[in-house]
Order: sequence, then C-alpha cells, then structure tokens
Amino acid sequence: MNLLSVKHLFVRLEDKLIVEDLSFELAAGERLSVLGPNGAGKTVLLKALLNLLTYKGEVVWAPSVRIGYVPQKIDADTHLPLTFTDLFRAKCTTLKVSFSELDEIANSVGLTRQILQTPVGHLSGGQFQRGLIGFSLIGSPNVLLMDEPTASVDEPGEEHIYELINRLQTEHNLASIMVSHDLSFVFRYATKVLCLNRQKVCFGSPMDALTPEVLAKLYGEAVGVYHHDHDHSGSKNPNQV
Amino acid sequence: MSASETYSVCLILLTALAAGLVGSFALMKRMSLAGDVVSHIALPGLGLAMLFGINPLVGAAAALFLGTILIWHLQKSATLTTDVAIGVIFTAALAIGTVLTPSEDLIEALFGGFQSLSAIWFVAGVVAVSVIVGFVLVSRHQLILSLFSPELAAATGVNVSRLNLYFLLVFSLTVLLGVRFLGALLVGALIIVPAAIGRQLTHTLTAFLVTSSLASVLSVALGLVISRFYPHFTVGHVTLNLALGPAIIAVATVLFLLSLLRKKI
Repeated sequence: MNLLSVKHLFVRLEDKLIVEDLSFELAAGERLSVLGPNGAGKTVLLKALLNLLTYKGEVVWAPSVRIGYVPQKIDADTHLPLTFTDLFRAKCTTLKVSFSELDEIANSVGLTRQILQTPVGHLSGGQFQRGLIGFSLIGSPNVLLMDEPTASVDEPGEEHIYELINRLQTEHNLASIMVSHDLSFVFRYATKVLCLNRQKVCFGSPMDALTPEVLAKLYGEAVGVYHHDHDHSGSKNPNQV
Repeated sequence: MSASETYSVCLILLTALAAGLVGSFALMKRMSLAGDVVSHIALPGLGLAMLFGINPLVGAAAALFLGTILIWHLQKSATLTTDVAIGVIFTAALAIGTVLTPSEDLIEALFGGFQSLSAIWFVAGVVAVSVIVGFVLVSRHQLILSLFSPELAAATGVNVSRLNLYFLLVFSLTVLLGVRFLGALLVGALIIVPAAIGRQLTHTLTAFLVTSSLASVLSVALGLVISRFYPHFTVGHVTLNLALGPAIIAVATVLFLLSLLRKKI
C-alpha cells in the first residue's frame, strides 16, 4: 500500500513555477532520495508535502501516516535560552504524547544529558543535527522527511549522521523522503531516487535511474557515476555533488 | 491606605507579573521594541476618549485592538518584520495621539500616575491578568517551537499565524493594563527592561521566565514605595520628580545595570 501519492503537483512562488507537473508515489518502508541541482525545487517539494506551502494538484498521505520532519538548516538564535530538552517537551505537549519515550530517543541519536541541557545556540553542527533528528522521532513517526540533514555538519560528522539515519530507519522500519546532494549516500541507502529539476527527470531505483545521461542533465557533464560496491567502510565518495 | 488604593497597588503588581512573562517571550521573538511602540498606539485612543469625556481605557483598548489587528495583517501580507510593521503604525499613532489629546491631559497620558481603582475595574484587571498569564503558561510550548523555527512548529501542527495573533493581542492587553499607571511613553519599558534583566542573569528558560517576572514585580514595588514616600527628592539644588511611572522605570534600569555585573545562573 502506498503511504504517499502525488499527482500533477504544481508549486508557484511569487509567480515563478518551482515544481511542474510532478507525480510519484512512496510505498511503506521505501527510502526515496530526491536529487537535483540548487534551485531545482527540492526543498519546496518537501514543504508542499508538509502542507507548508500552497500548491495545485494532489498530495494524498495514507491515514496511518505520522510524519517526522528534519529541516535543512535552522539558524538558531545563539541568545535563545532554549535546550533540546525544552524543545522535545514542547513537541510532546503539542502532540499530546508522554515524555516517557524521550530518554530512549535521546540515547538512540547519541544525545547525552549534557548536550540536552545546553542552549541550542551553543551546540556543534553535529550535535544540533542529532537534536533535530531526535526531535523528528517524537510521536513515533512512520515516515521521515529530511532536507539535506547533513548540510551544517563537517565531513566526518556527515558520515555519522548518515549511519545514524540508516540505523534508525532499519530499527523503526521508517519510510523516508530525503533531499540529498550526496550520490554515495543515494547509492548506498536509497531504494528509490527522484531526480528533480522543476520537472521530474528520473524516478526509479538508483542503479537504473541514475544513468550518466540523467546526471549530465541534472548537474552538467562534469559529474560521473560511481556505483558503490557496498563496502560500508565509511570512506567518502569523491563524486559528491 | 483606602480600599481603592489597595486595589490599585495589587493590580499594578499583578500587571508587573504579566509584563515580565510576556516580555520574556517578546524578547525571544525579537519584539523588544514592539512593547515600546505598541504602547504609543494607545495614545490616539486615550486622546479621543479624553476629548469626548469617556473612560480613557476604553479608548486605549479600542485603539490597541485595531492597531494589533492591523500589525498582524501587515506582518502576514507584506512579509515585513514585526518591528518594521509596528513602526509604520507607531509614528502615525504618536502624531495623531498628540494632536488629539487635550493639552492639560497630555502629561498624564504620556507618563501615567497613581490612580485609585474601583472594585469593578479591579476585578476586570484581575481577569485580564489571568488571561495573559494563562495564555503564556498554556501556550508556552507552542511559543517555544514557533520562535525556534516557525516552519518546524507548523510541521508539528502549530497554527503559527493564529498563535502570532494571540500573542500580539495578549501583548496589547498587557500594555493596556500598564498604560494607566505608566503612561503611553513608559509602559513599553515595563515589558522590555525586566526581560532584559532576566536574560542577562539566566541561561535556562524556566529561570529566565521566573527572573524576568520577579525583576518586574520588584521594580514596580520599589517604584511604588519611592514615588509614595519620596515623590520629590532633592540633591543639592536639584529636585528630582519621582512620579510613579518614571520611578518604576528608573528602578528597573538600575536593576538592569546591576545585572550586567552578575554571572548567569
């Protein structure tokens, strides 16, 4: 059964067409990566799926869906006296779920008590991102929407975040839609890929859909194809775009 | 002290508590100047009411309500920051208010003063304080999410636009409660300065809210005592006029300066 069905989606921002006639589906447990150059409409697509923007067309989530969202980047005010403990509790109260799962969530994303009680503006990029991923897990979601979850993390930290997301998805059997620039991640973890450049450029399994022609169409001729050999040694793919 | 004076003192202290709480969230929402500015919106209402001989608070309430709705719409439609949106209305309100207010009442409208209070107005004031404190306590989690990230709050199910409207209304209600005692020029400071003290001394949310509220209540209490027992304080050849509003804000400012010397708790 499909968790999400998108048909003929159009999104305009200030009279500019950002997403044009997009249709795709997401099945239970599926890991969909959204690829595309800057300005292709990837973030706008996620916001439309979250109903944060007005759009034309059809976005239908299955009734059983509970969404967790990890935004691209939050410029947290360094002067805010807010900690992830405050934010976690605020989300629990807003969703009317108990605080009992918070310790388990904090442990699963590697947030220590000290990190949880540090003002968000004082956390490192990796700690902050782990906090946002933990925040997304509150309320037992079965679908995660992630917008470049490693955007504000340094390179070694990126790998840890990807590994963390992969482990959480496996443990909780989460379906996901993730905007990513990292082709190595897509080949390693995604079960499907949606190439977007205002319109749909490709859709299917990464091995089948990401042909050299498609990548050239998305990013230009300079980008080659790297088919990962599934040796998860943690080495960085040189073809990150 | 007569009963009506007691009512008045109690309501000022309760208003201080509300101002401390609202000011804390206003400071976190980067709306610190809004308190100063929203209070000026009350001025045309005060002036019109005085001109036509009706209760000044009724005029101030009407002006604040209309100003709040206008600010909310400006924020939404013109994508202006809150302070800019409020600033557009503020300058017009100050000019019109000064023109409308009878000159003999202008000083009172601008700087307030101690006034006794009837039981009915006291009850109405207590209800208003309860609404403000109740809103902040009940909505604090949604407010926290929306000031951290409006987008994340919306994705969590918070109606951010409606929450902003409610906060602006509660903010204006706080100004309305304080304008009687502190006047249109000074009431904004009761919202800003105690929150600045709280932020200076604390780094956790609960400590921030509690400290801001205490600083606000302490400023008002000391200001009341000073203005009652030392309304005119002579230093050498200079006589200081310590009326209620200026006394309260002067105390708050001294507390703020002291807070700069202390480490955070």
